[in-house]
Amino acid sequence: MSRRRTSRRTWRSLPVVHQLRQSVGLQRGMLVTGLVLTGVLVLAAVFAPLLAPYGYGQLRDADGAFGAQQPPSGDHLLGTTVGGYDVLSRVIYGSRTAVFVIVVAIVLSIVAGVLLGLVSGYLGGWLDRVLVVIADAVYAFPSLLLAIVAAIVISGGQSSLVGGVLAAAISITVVFIPQYFRVVRAETVRIKSEAFVESARVVGTGTWRIMTRHVLRNATRSLPLIVTLNASEAILTLAGLGFLGFGIQPTAAAEWGFDLNRSISDVTSGIWWTSIFPGAAIVLTVLGLTLVGESLNDLADPRLRSRRRAADVPPPADVAVTPGGGLAAGTEGGTP
Amino acid sequence: MTGPVVDIKDLRVTFATDGGDVAAVKGVSLQLQPGEVLAIVGESGSGKTVTARTVLGLLPETALTRGAVVLRSKDGGTTSDVVTLRGGDLRSVRGRDAAMVFQEPGSVLNPVYPVGWQIAEGLRAHGDVSKKEAREVAVDVLRRVGIPDPEERVDHYPHQFSGGQKQRIVIAQALALNAGVIIADEPTTALDVTVQAEILDLLRRCRDEFGASIVLITHNMGVVADLADRVAVMYQGELVETADVATLFADPQQEYTRTLLGSVPKLGQGAARARDRAARRPEGWAEQPAVVTARDLRIVYPGRFRKPDFTAVDGVDFTIAPGEVLGLVGESGSGKSTIGRAIAGLTPVSGGSLTVLGTEVAGIKEKAFRPVRRRIGFVFQDPATSFNPLLTIADAVAEPLVVHGQAGDTDGARGRVDELLEAVQLPKAFGDRFPHELSGGQRQRASLARALALQPELLIADEPTSALDVSVQARVLELFDELQREFGFAALFISHDLAVVDLLADRIAVLHHGRLVEEGTGERVLGAPQDPYTQRLLASLPVPDPAEQAQRRARWAALR
Repeated sequence: MSRRRTSRRTWRSLPVVHQLRQSVGLQRGMLVTGLVLTGVLVLAAVFAPLLAPYGYGQLRDADGAFGAQQPPSGDHLLGTTVGGYDVLSRVIYGSRTAVFVIVVAIVLSIVAGVLLGLVSGYLGGWLDRVLVVIADAVYAFPSLLLAIVAAIVISGGQSSLVGGVLAAAISITVVFIPQYFRVVRAETVRIKSEAFVESARVVGTGTWRIMTRHVLRNATRSLPLIVTLNASEAILTLAGLGFLGFGIQPTAAAEWGFDLNRSISDVTSGIWWTSIFPGAAIVLTVLGLTLVGESLNDLADPRLRSRRRAADVPPPADVAVTPGGGLAAGTEGGTP
Repeated sequence: MTGPVVDIKDLRVTFATDGGDVAAVKGVSLQLQPGEVLAIVGESGSGKTVTARTVLGLLPETALTRGAVVLRSKDGGTTSDVVTLRGGDLRSVRGRDAAMVFQEPGSVLNPVYPVGWQIAEGLRAHGDVSKKEAREVAVDVLRRVGIPDPEERVDHYPHQFSGGQKQRIVIAQALALNAGVIIADEPTTALDVTVQAEILDLLRRCRDEFGASIVLITHNMGVVADLADRVAVMYQGELVETADVATLFADPQQEYTRTLLGSVPKLGQGAARARDRAARRPEGWAEQPAVVTARDLRIVYPGRFRKPDFTAVDGVDFTIAPGEVLGLVGESGSGKSTIGRAIAGLTPVSGGSLTVLGTEVAGIKEKAFRPVRRRIGFVFQDPATSFNPLLTIADAVAEPLVVHGQAGDTDGARGRVDELLEAVQLPKAFGDRFPHELSGGQRQRASLARALALQPELLIADEPTSALDVSVQARVLELFDELQREFGFAALFISHDLAVVDLLADRIAVLHHGRLVEEGTGERVLGAPQDPYTQRLLASLPVPDPAEQAQRRARWAALR
């Protein structure tokens, strides 16, 4: 890959920033769209109390009760739900729950998955075989079913904000651990045979030091990619749980899937505002995260990455050609 | 016939890369006459491969090509400018007018089709031939490139052939269509010396018997001396010098060409050095206990999926005395790297005895071996992969010191790291760089610094220069020699290149199929080889001198 990256590690070489600078054309458009959508989600989550006109569980204000299924109006920009909540406020507060679940689920599954993958891949042997079989077994399980079971086990199906979020997050974690496990294990097995690991072994470096210093950081390069793709999957699982009624109580937190579930009956009676907006929030969030993930995926692969065409005028002669550098990459990339 | 078959006029190629545009070829003009072997030589990044690939229009989409590459068909009927051709026109030129022989024969052939089918594929692409006709042509061409039993072998799959035979089949593919021009891109680099001699012989026959003109891309000056009629030297995308082969080797005009030729190691250079070193040894040196002693050493890789076990090293005896450099020579699969890895404790010993620095390695536990490790340094073959890409050079060089508790962290070891970098002639500031910011030669020098960090008594160098360009190789070898003299470590120097080993080693051991066939001083092994394999190995090695190589070739032909 690029041999002439900035020599010191600056903000330019941070994961997403680096790819953004690298991208051109359609790929850049996709990445920017994804980043904007994701940014809106995060901002909405952080500033929810400032942005939302009412609380997520608020049924009445100084003028009295909101009333159920009110169409959009000056008081309630997106109307109210069948339960009498303000739709706009719940959509905005819903982003909080979504971000919360994503963060908890991903942190939990990354820590566990990476650690298990590293140990399993580097040490090998019977431990490796057992872990791979378990991971495959979990993989083969329908993820939503597993999430439902986990939700019931953890919180009895109904719960408060923290309980509900944790139930959703942990159930998602169980499904995701095998993904991180597999990726990190595969990378570890590859890196284990690289010359620099052998070189560390020859020096007499201990196993734990080799794993943490030499293997770990080299094995986690493709993780940002899985993280973004998993984040969108986490939201869908959370919405699915909420939709099936295993989510969070409306008084505990706002959750898009739960609101969708409650608006099923509204759809047939022509009340569109209770379902469209939470639904759109889910779609846009998932779209944003998927766009980021897909474009990172394309950019990570030199063969999929589009580049600017070479300028017709040859660059000045002082451009240093690293022996075998960009040149070799270019010719290899073109060989089918 | 009149005029050149390939006429490259003011060719410019620019690649769009992540780091901006890179001009790979900057205005090269070349001509290939009918029946001529034109060698394009140069170091990596000189643009030789890119230039040759434009003849077939094989550049990736990121390349921007300017200039003209006029290709004339074999009968002289049509000429076409490859740079402007697209799609179908380009396809009709490829294979018919010009064909390509790639570097790695193992990956060029499709493993799921019989070789006969793959040869016939080109015929089908250029005309309507029946299955029977195509098969006949394939059998015929296989026979002519020297594959035994072609009637039967035509239905075999690539994995049933050896590396040299695969390269013959790739050449057969090019010959099947009777192409006027054969582009051979490092055709022998991936092959052993003895096989290389055979492939070079075959290429020569391609020219003599099939009337093909050949563009030979190589970095090996011995190969050039053996095969080429005319030589074009390239450096950083520009043509430095073009001359016929005898003139170029006898009287190079340009400074760069002279340096390039001067860096090529030649057989027989090392004898004087070895004598010099032997003379400086103190009295009683021979009586000191050996650093490494192998007695009937056997290393077996267990077979998988019901395949029999593979014996990589089969009953080898040798010793390395303190301060002595033992050169281990052999072709791929001879077990030379396995021996080096066993000494470093990377591969378990299966039988016999291997004593390293007074410790018996056979059956030893990793924990018991760890104290010995600090007394051993190891230099790996490929400098690109032997450094952790996320650590700076200083981190990497300091790692052995930190691991063995001689320093707390990189900062604490920095003084020693700077000394080491200085010893391998790298500027101190390079310590703050990352491996990808260094060139191959610089990285290999840093690798030496890391291996020497703990002042080892034994250094194992596993093909340390085979991934480097000749001029870089010369500097690294010289540095190795200086360091060895300065630090006085014993060394096992593993290489497939006899000339390189000769340059450095006090004694040379020749391995063949896991057995030690010959061992002795460089002068004796290279000057008067006793074993037929050593003789063949020596005769196959092309020397960078056209006149001498012609004589050697005759001797090699007699030995066959």
